[in-house]
Amino acid sequence: MTDDTQKMPKHRSPVPEEELLSGDSFLDPAEEGLFCQDRPEPVSPSRVKIVRDFCNWAQANSVFILAFGTGCGAIEMRPLFTARYDISRYGMFPRPTPRMSGLFIIGGYASVKTIKRIVRSYEQMQAPKFVMGLGSCTVNGGMYWDSYNTIKRLDHYIPVDVYVAGCMPRPESLIAGFARLKELIRAGKAEGANRYAKDFEWYKRNQRRIITDWNMPEHNW
Amino acid sequence: MMREYAMTALKAIASLLLVANYGLLLIGVMVKIVARVHGRFGPPVWQPYINLAKLLSMRTAISHGVMYYLGPVFRLTGGIGLYLLIPVVFGSSWLGNFSFAGDLLLVMYFIFFGMLGMALGAAESGHPYSAIGVMRGLSQNTASELPFALSVIALAVQYRTLSVTGIVAAQQGGVLNWTLFTNPLATAAAMLAFLGMMGRSPFDLHLAPQEIPVGPPTEYHSSYLFMMSFNRAFFASAKLILFMDLFFGGATSIPQMIVKTFLIMFWSVFVGVCFPRYRVEQSVRWFLKIPALLGVAAVLLQML
Repeated sequence: MTDDTQKMPKHRSPVPEEELLSGDSFLDPAEEGLFCQDRPEPVSPSRVKIVRDFCNWAQANSVFILAFGTGCGAIEMRPLFTARYDISRYGMFPRPTPRMSGLFIIGGYASVKTIKRIVRSYEQMQAPKFVMGLGSCTVNGGMYWDSYNTIKRLDHYIPVDVYVAGCMPRPESLIAGFARLKELIRAGKAEGANRYAKDFEWYKRNQRRIITDWNMPEHNW
Repeated sequence: MMREYAMTALKAIASLLLVANYGLLLIGVMVKIVARVHGRFGPPVWQPYINLAKLLSMRTAISHGVMYYLGPVFRLTGGIGLYLLIPVVFGSSWLGNFSFAGDLLLVMYFIFFGMLGMALGAAESGHPYSAIGVMRGLSQNTASELPFALSVIALAVQYRTLSVTGIVAAQQGGVLNWTLFTNPLATAAAMLAFLGMMGRSPFDLHLAPQEIPVGPPTEYHSSYLFMMSFNRAFFASAKLILFMDLFFGGATSIPQMIVKTFLIMFWSVFVGVCFPRYRVEQSVRWFLKIPALLGVAAVLLQML
């Protein structure tokens, strides 16, 4: 289990001019105006320490999960909600929509088609939002390391707060991952949403390199 | 004069504070009970407070328009309005809340008011699941309102009043004066309608928590969701108190109110954990059969 809160990928370079976002919309003209097209902006936490600590405490103790069953890892998430593991005792609840959710769990490998939906769902979530990469496939591609249509590192496309490595990680590992995530939230280190907003061009460039049919709003949802 | 107004406002605020905390704790306790039935530990009873704090501490929120914003406001208005018209403790100066002749009609309107506001707000969010959820919710609520309305009509005829306080006053003086014993048919119809009004299993399809079509709140988040979650505390406890007032003799003290409303809520929880979910067309048919017939029989008996 590793976390990616401190270090950013070192090979990040300035975005070439030709790869910068054009601002042109790829949407159907009939859908113009239906989506929020604003670029995400970093939102700083409160400057007052007691307020900031209270918000972090509330965020850590009430986590709404958006479980994204991209791959085989999703099967390990179901037992978490049953009597055997019962993560509701930690204040974690499954929620069906990205708008309500605060924690995005990517349940395994993400194909090129799937990463489009992952980006779309991630951008619909409201800050502060956290991402957990489940399984080795999200860390380095895992057993799909040489696959032609599977991404290798999830954090090149969306910021990941906690990785739970394994193939497959058992529910106990996931619970350990949740505990680590809670520590990071309490410490104010889980600022993935702000990282995404700050390095927006870099993330978009990576996304555009693999998503060829970009029929989504340019910036946000 | 100003002093009187200020005192009335202070009493209303104190009453609202009490019921907000009671409602939140009640929701927490019920979630705990359901979890224990499932063989789980469940979240702590104060989890609803943490959820509210977390929703308020979200840093971003988007809006889909004016009605989208007003939806949760209408919902909260409906919940608070409903609560403030129902006497919580009979004869209490601050928990008696407001009352006037005919307030029962306004109470019944407020039960539906929030849902209509939500329908407008959810429609503006543009999400297809919101529209489906609203359609399902309104269908089921309309069906469950029918037996409830029939039983209220039976009560109005029986007690010759449309004031909730008047109905509570008429039931004082002993357990056998409760509507439960004086008009068991109306009570049965209303308690069956109550299952639908509480939105718990088997009548929770339109809410469908934790599933993809979550219903009207699909697009709601951050402080919007805060308002809707906070409203649950008012709305749930106001409905419980209303049923206690109409059918179980009201309450003359806070402990009595707590025991009675807890048992009424437990009825819906008990049914909820025992029975699986109905589809909406099934639940609509269910309400229009036995509960509606019981309501009609209660009205006819009063007419005789």
